Amino acid sequence: MIKARNLSKFFGSLGAVQSLDLTVGKGEVFGLLGPNGAGKTTTIRMLTTLLAPTSGTAQVSGHDVAVDPMGVKRSIGVVPQMLNLDIDLTCAENLEYHGRLHRMQPKERHDRGEELLRFVGLWEKKDEPVEHLSGGMRRRLLIARGLMHRPEVVFMDEPTVGLDPQARRMIWGLIESLKREGITIMLTTHYIEEADALCDRVAIMRVGKIIALDRPGVLKDSVGKFALECIGRHDAPRQFFLSREEAINSGRDMCADIVVRDVTLEDVFINLTGERIEQ
Amino acid sequence: MNFSPIIWKEWMLIRKKPWRFLASSMVMPVLYLVTFGWGLGRGMNMTGGTYLEFVLPGIIALSAMNNSFTTVSTSLNISKLYTRTLEEVLVSPVSPWDIALGRTLTGLARGMFSALMLLVVGVVSGVHMHFSAAFFAVLALTAFCFGAAGVAAAMLTRTHEDMANVNSFFILPMSFLAGTFFSPDKLPEPFRTAILVYPLTHASLLLRKLAAGGDPSTVSVLVLTGYTAVFYYFAGRLVKRRG
Repeated sequence: MIKARNLSKFFGSLGAVQSLDLTVGKGEVFGLLGPNGAGKTTTIRMLTTLLAPTSGTAQVSGHDVAVDPMGVKRSIGVVPQMLNLDIDLTCAENLEYHGRLHRMQPKERHDRGEELLRFVGLWEKKDEPVEHLSGGMRRRLLIARGLMHRPEVVFMDEPTVGLDPQARRMIWGLIESLKREGITIMLTTHYIEEADALCDRVAIMRVGKIIALDRPGVLKDSVGKFALECIGRHDAPRQFFLSREEAINSGRDMCADIVVRDVTLEDVFINLTGERIEQ
Repeated sequence: MNFSPIIWKEWMLIRKKPWRFLASSMVMPVLYLVTFGWGLGRGMNMTGGTYLEFVLPGIIALSAMNNSFTTVSTSLNISKLYTRTLEEVLVSPVSPWDIALGRTLTGLARGMFSALMLLVVGVVSGVHMHFSAAFFAVLALTAFCFGAAGVAAAMLTRTHEDMANVNSFFILPMSFLAGTFFSPDKLPEPFRTAILVYPLTHASLLLRKLAAGGDPSTVSVLVLTGYTAVFYYFAGRLVKRRG
């Protein structure tokens, strides 16, 4: 459903995205994971036709983003990082407007709007102006809006950024429901556990390049099964082991207080770059 | 053609806050009318009538320009840079030309509304004017022209400050220099010729002539139409570049 070949975007001499290659299959949830400035949002903006690539090609649902942007726009739903809802309009009116932009028929707009407001748990708020909603509710409405016209591919840019843990869990539940429906999703995130919990495959990005791409489990296994950290000693590097016993035994020799835990995608990132993802 | 959603949204916003819409459309033209028409111009006579009869068509043109340009450029600029609501439209299958047209038509509607309100105030105040289809056609062309200019300016500018500069260096001087409050014939050369560069000069000249029962100048019609075509072309191109 999504193909990018040698896709690059330069702002002057700054390479925001450099020679990106990826393929996302139908029904797959694909994550772009990386710190701020890694090029995740720039990638999404190119794939959603908001930004012209400097070089390379990209196709979404068989439509080339440069040659047939209208074809791309018809087949995608976009959930942006910024809550760009019309705050003077109600929840239902925001969906109505989106449906009109996508030339949906009046009955279809009404029925789909009701279905989605129920899906995201905002049916009781349908006539509330968006300015009265909390951040979490707005984020849910944004997801409903992105799904309004039944897109084949949905792009979500940091779908849970700035939300409290409870609201984040709720959004995860919505994304998992979409996954079960077989909708292709590409999401960006800098939350490790989000990528781990939701994505079938993850591309780890750093300064505009993909530095690793595979299933979360495979990426983690490439480092080890268990991570060992010394508490209160930031100079001591994390070490990775295949068994918990091996990690504990090794830790005893290193320092007094140790933590042995499962390997995460952040460990993969640290192992590859020596830096942390979440600042 | 799928510009109707943009008009629909504008209509919804007006319906929710009609008094804000009415007030924002009327404040500035009424101020000009009171200051220059009833205050400064009281007792003054121009060739063939009172100063109020002379100045009202110019203020109507100015009002059409200001309301169409300012409402379109401000809301689009905010939508592009601050609320980012424009992105929802840019990733939808609405063509850039339809986006430009929808926004321009909202400017046309607002410009026409404020101009017509001013017309009503003028007529109720006893100002004598001739109304014809050509008068309203020129009014609509003026509002469309500056609505398109508003779209182009909003898409071209990169910051809110840039937008304020367009107002300061383009719109404000034109408001005062484009023959709105005085006849261009009164100016010495080269200023008399120079102000003919402004599209508002031609809108004012046309409306004044038509309100007096005369025939419109073909040159002014062509200039105003030309500006409209150029502004709309740039509006569409700039939206396309963004989306």
